[in-house]
Amino acid sequence: MIILEKRPNPSRAWALATPVLAVLATMIVGGLLFAMLGKDPVLTIRTIFWDPLFGPFGSYTRPQLLIKAGPLILIATGLSFGFRAGIWNIGAEGQYILGALTGAAAGLALYPSESRLIFPLMVAAGALGGMAWALIPALLKVRFGTNEILVSLMLVYVATNLLAYAALGPLQNPEGMGFPGSRNLSQWPSSANLELLTGTGLHWGVVAAGVAVVGAYVLLARHAFGFAVRLAGQAPRAAAFAGVSPSRLVLACMAISGGLAGLAGVFEVTGPAGQIGIDFGVGYGFTAIIVAFLGRLHPLGILLAGLLMALTYIGGEMAQTQLGLPGAAVQLFQGMLLFFLLAMDVLTQFRLRWKGASPVIVATAKPVEGAR
Amino acid sequence: MDLTSISPVLLLASLMVAATPILLAALGELVVERAGVLNLGVEGMMITGAIAGFATAVATGSALLGFVGAAAGGAALSLLFAVLVLWLRSNQVATGLALTLFGLGLASLAGQPYNGVRAPPMPELDIPLLSGIPVLGPILFRHDPVVYLALALVGGVWWFLHRARAGLVLRAVGENHDAAHALGYKVLRLRLLAIAFGGACAGLGGAYLSLVRVPQWTEGITAGAGWIALAIVVFASWRPLRLLLGAWLFGGISVLQLNLQAANAPIPVEVLSMTPYLVTILVLVLISSGRGRARLAAPGSLGQPFHASR
Repeated sequence: MIILEKRPNPSRAWALATPVLAVLATMIVGGLLFAMLGKDPVLTIRTIFWDPLFGPFGSYTRPQLLIKAGPLILIATGLSFGFRAGIWNIGAEGQYILGALTGAAAGLALYPSESRLIFPLMVAAGALGGMAWALIPALLKVRFGTNEILVSLMLVYVATNLLAYAALGPLQNPEGMGFPGSRNLSQWPSSANLELLTGTGLHWGVVAAGVAVVGAYVLLARHAFGFAVRLAGQAPRAAAFAGVSPSRLVLACMAISGGLAGLAGVFEVTGPAGQIGIDFGVGYGFTAIIVAFLGRLHPLGILLAGLLMALTYIGGEMAQTQLGLPGAAVQLFQGMLLFFLLAMDVLTQFRLRWKGASPVIVATAKPVEGAR
Repeated sequence: MDLTSISPVLLLASLMVAATPILLAALGELVVERAGVLNLGVEGMMITGAIAGFATAVATGSALLGFVGAAAGGAALSLLFAVLVLWLRSNQVATGLALTLFGLGLASLAGQPYNGVRAPPMPELDIPLLSGIPVLGPILFRHDPVVYLALALVGGVWWFLHRARAGLVLRAVGENHDAAHALGYKVLRLRLLAIAFGGACAGLGGAYLSLVRVPQWTEGITAGAGWIALAIVVFASWRPLRLLLGAWLFGGISVLQLNLQAANAPIPVEVLSMTPYLVTILVLVLISSGRGRARLAAPGSLGQPFHASR
């Protein structure tokens, strides 16, 4: 019988290897799933993971990669701070929507004037909108001890309803013949978040994602705040003794994640989406949770995970049009990936050992366990 | 606006129906959390139950068999969570989230052939004599069997947790798994059973939505009901009888807002549809601000991984 033995320290090698193994396992099981749906598994996997980059339509799909990865990386980077510290903001989808709403509202209030200042103003409004939405669960947690998981998630449903209200009411395009949806922000020069380099898909949101990754890396590796976050996650009691205020940590982590999700929303609504519409929320906020874990809550890992997850979005769409693969299969595929990752994580924390074999490291393992 | 079109008797009768899915799901989660496990995958198990039940009902032509299929589907999905959390010692919050995301994908994939299909009707259980009572009859005694099953389960869970020996052991495991382990109780086996029960209940709740309340298959049919069920468990301070109160409260609010929508109340539809979620938040705040009372009532080992030290 195999037994698990706690490692004195998490294994670095396994921490790096498990995401790769999880992706491979997902491809294999996903392939079986596609075969059960009557699709050629190898062809489907190739359509999802290879064709968007190097296939015949690569010149069209490659720019899509950055367009989809931008918001995912931006949101996941924000979430990673809280997740490290054990603060669970799972309502990023709502903060993303609110960012888009406040950003668009700030811009549309000034329509049709022309100024270079309008776009920065919208970006700031979007970030603040997302931050404010995330601070609701944060303040309730700090003040009343309310569970932030449930509140942040409930606010997603509130945000979706606000979005529908805005698209049919206050933000509706007055010249839109009564159709739901706001004016097209990507066609108004003052608010348009256009491609910065033709044919790359690079827009301001992608730039912001890059800045966020670098910023998060510096913050986590070099700044006292990053140390507090890591300490609170790994040893809450030690963090308390070191003078880390749990309340301030909750507020800061939620504000960062909400602000970045809001930014993602405003860049999306001014660029790729173009307008506030009922179908604006496409689940980036939830997929970003998978991205954060797949990237091991590390900025560089999130960068890679975000690109990979963007690939499954684009490849999934291609498989949908070319092979008739149901869109939900990709959603299932992404959920499966998170499952495999969490399951394989056991190898990072534990060592597999045959029962009967002499436990070698018990002497060093005991004090560590006792200390926790 | 025509408020006279809202009949209080019908309102209360449909409250019982609207409360049933969340009540079932919350009841299962209550047992799971009492065993010390936090399963945030209720929404995923519920929607899986919704489609599993719907598919079974369409295939067999019997809505009641559909509920059996739904319980099996929900329980099967919950076992995935159990293996990860209990044996592979993954983080319960993250795994629960994964279960929800996975379940939503699974359900919408499995549900594709069932768009626009009609479910076999659910038999109404008109209790003779009692259903003839003027006001109480329609409110209490003219429902389908699942409404009564849910109520019976509340009583059953209360009896199990507070009067049965096995329930005492389950609570011990939830309060302090190390102590329970030292006494020789099988922590993992008990938690596995609790998680499977939770999955089956969530499945039943989901099937109630797709077979009775809506009744057809639509994507995202649960619309956060699983999360509201999680919130109600906190609201109830992990006590079965208070759970009933919570479920009725939320059933009442969702029925009232639907009735107000139908009556053309001068409030935007979107504002009305967000009220159940806003009220959930409000109730969570009220319950947790009572000088930390809610936190004291939470099972001691809730959410913590168990690693048996020999």
